[in-house]
Amino acid sequence: MSKQLFALFALLILATTVFSACAPALECTDALGCVTVNEGDPVHFAYAMVIAGPDATLGIDSRNGAEIAIADKGGKILGHDIKFDGEDDQCSAEGGQAAGTKLAADPSVVAVIGTSCSSALRVAMPLWSKAGFTVISASNTAPDLTLAGNENNHPGYLRTAHNDNVQGKAAAQFAWEVLGVKKAATIHDGSIYAQQLQQVFADEFKVLGGEITAQESIAPDQTDMSGVLTSIAAGAPEFIYHPIFIQAGTQLVRQTKETPGLENVKSMGADGMFSPDVMEGSGDAVQGFYVSSPDFSKFGNDYEKNFKPTYLEMFGSEPVSIFHAHAYDAFNMLYACVEKVAQGDKNGGNMLIGRQALRDCMYGTRSFNGLTGSLTCSATGDCADPNIAVYEYSVGQYPPVKVWP
Amino acid sequence: MLKRWRQSVTLTDLVVWAIGLFIGFAIVYGTIVTWQQAQYSTEQWINLTIDGLKLGGIYALIALGYTLVYGILRMINFAHSEIFMVGPFTAVFLAKYLNSIGFYDTNPIISLLLITIFSATVSATIAILLERIAYRPLRFAPRLVPLITAIGASFFLQYTFRGMYGNDPETYPTLDILKGVIYLGPIPIPKTDALVIVSSMLLMLILYSIVQYTKMGKAMRSVSEDKAAAALMGINVDRVIVFTFTLGGISAGIAGILYSLIYGQVHFYMGFIPGLKAFTAAVLGGIGNVVGAWLGGTLLGLIESLGPNLFLSGLGIPAANQLKDGIAFAILVFILIFRPQGLLGERISKSKA
Repeated sequence: MSKQLFALFALLILATTVFSACAPALECTDALGCVTVNEGDPVHFAYAMVIAGPDATLGIDSRNGAEIAIADKGGKILGHDIKFDGEDDQCSAEGGQAAGTKLAADPSVVAVIGTSCSSALRVAMPLWSKAGFTVISASNTAPDLTLAGNENNHPGYLRTAHNDNVQGKAAAQFAWEVLGVKKAATIHDGSIYAQQLQQVFADEFKVLGGEITAQESIAPDQTDMSGVLTSIAAGAPEFIYHPIFIQAGTQLVRQTKETPGLENVKSMGADGMFSPDVMEGSGDAVQGFYVSSPDFSKFGNDYEKNFKPTYLEMFGSEPVSIFHAHAYDAFNMLYACVEKVAQGDKNGGNMLIGRQALRDCMYGTRSFNGLTGSLTCSATGDCADPNIAVYEYSVGQYPPVKVWP
Repeated sequence: MLKRWRQSVTLTDLVVWAIGLFIGFAIVYGTIVTWQQAQYSTEQWINLTIDGLKLGGIYALIALGYTLVYGILRMINFAHSEIFMVGPFTAVFLAKYLNSIGFYDTNPIISLLLITIFSATVSATIAILLERIAYRPLRFAPRLVPLITAIGASFFLQYTFRGMYGNDPETYPTLDILKGVIYLGPIPIPKTDALVIVSSMLLMLILYSIVQYTKMGKAMRSVSEDKAAAALMGINVDRVIVFTFTLGGISAGIAGILYSLIYGQVHFYMGFIPGLKAFTAAVLGGIGNVVGAWLGGTLLGLIESLGPNLFLSGLGIPAANQLKDGIAFAILVFILIFRPQGLLGERISKSKA
């Protein structure tokens, strides 16, 4: 029996060798190696986004955006099926470590769309960069990730989200010029996103002539904010900037209005708090809370006409967060580059995708016509066409209304 | 005399004392610097104190559950933090229903009583089931076994609730009668805080009287002294234990509602941190001691809310409020080093432990 099996195997191997010899041999010459996609195999794109827990809307929304892009392409690339699966980045360094290790070990992954949160990327990116992946994030906004020469800037990393240097400055301008406040305080939660964003805000606010009374911080899962808010109230600011995430952010929104001395202080978050969950979590205190976000009115016509109806149809709701269009663009950029750099049979047959070639193509993206604008990538991976707007929440009304510019 | 002293003091003792002295000095120094800077007004210190008292009241109520169970079974019921979660997480749906039919606004006090009773019932029921299913079969097992079971039960409850109600936080509708402040002389106190402080104190008093002055309380204390002897005296030990879990469950359920009134949100993970803090409070006060639970809870709440602004900011530590959990757990470590029996605890003899 075992002899027969052996013979069968030998025959099979022989047959494979003979058949593959008939096709023109594909040889990988890429500096970082290639992904081999044989006939019938799918092309594997992975995501690493926060898809569970209190910040899940952020990641699920981006994933939905990428899925719409895949559906637009009929689920196929160069005659191969598109495989799209992934890991939860948990919006934390721990989650980034887990997702990073898991995906880096899978050689079939061509590119990663993600992560949702900068904290996760900081840990995962060294692993992915070493594995030769191209990584494109739809929602990382921390400035250091694309800062040339910074230890957190790794080859292979790009993003379609705006850089927080833009967002922090916009928030400072809004506070200074539109609200006319002179004294502001900031709170962050120790995540690199919030920490760097509030720093950009503080620096810009001081340049404009304002005074920063305090730069405080809290734990990301903290519920009781009275200590930190009392400490902030001692400086008597007119404005509090807390660009953090939903769970702790909604507690801040609630408790700020209950803290003596801060009842009438205006407060503002950033793109991490643009979600229906903010309405649910903050209750009545949400009235008058500002958030900065990409300016949806600057998105192309396709966004209102095609993208949003498709979203509603596929997922049964309006977009639940703000980086769906960025994820859509991220996938389409990848798609264009894979089409361009793949070698071999481009009609569903055996092909090779060079990893370095893919990166080069991505960094070379110029005036890519996306939903979020015209995308041109810098040498360190900033691809966004950043237009930031400020939105204001009111009780019982979602999405919030654009108030500036 | 000096010689005996020299023999009984080891190097470890000296190091521990040195660390203690250093910490004491740092706290005093930080406090003095903060006072000199006069960064905060008197009103703000009062606010922080009120905040500490309200947190402390909640910690005390949860700590009571740890302490009662420990007193009787000599085990730490780590699933108690989930007993604290299940009540308010179930009652939130009742609150939302009452709000949707308009009853919540027209009869706020009755609604509040209803959700409190509901929450306490759910918590107590789960506590009793937990005892019956998870702990009773292990009563004569080695001490580590029920401890590990408790941790398992804790995860089981957390993820059951996550499975049933999902990841997202649920929000309690706000009660109009709890908005605003009341004045105690010149001091404004938010109504919610006043309610929490007063009701937690009342509840502690009631529970203390139950343990101290009722027949069942007497039985509890005797079972805690010696189970076998109590059984020989005609006390139904099982019933006493069930009663203990019920008391712990009720106080946790009510604490959960008070917690939700302050913070407005409930989610499946909400018990974890308050549970750990309450455990710290129980150890601080002396585990097994009801008055100790109250003292430990109140002290912990006060230290947590005053500490960062009082001595940490004086020491020049930036963003000191981030470290409030750090302070709470540092206290746990230091009690275990300097006074393992807690403030009001007696040294547990080997035979009892």
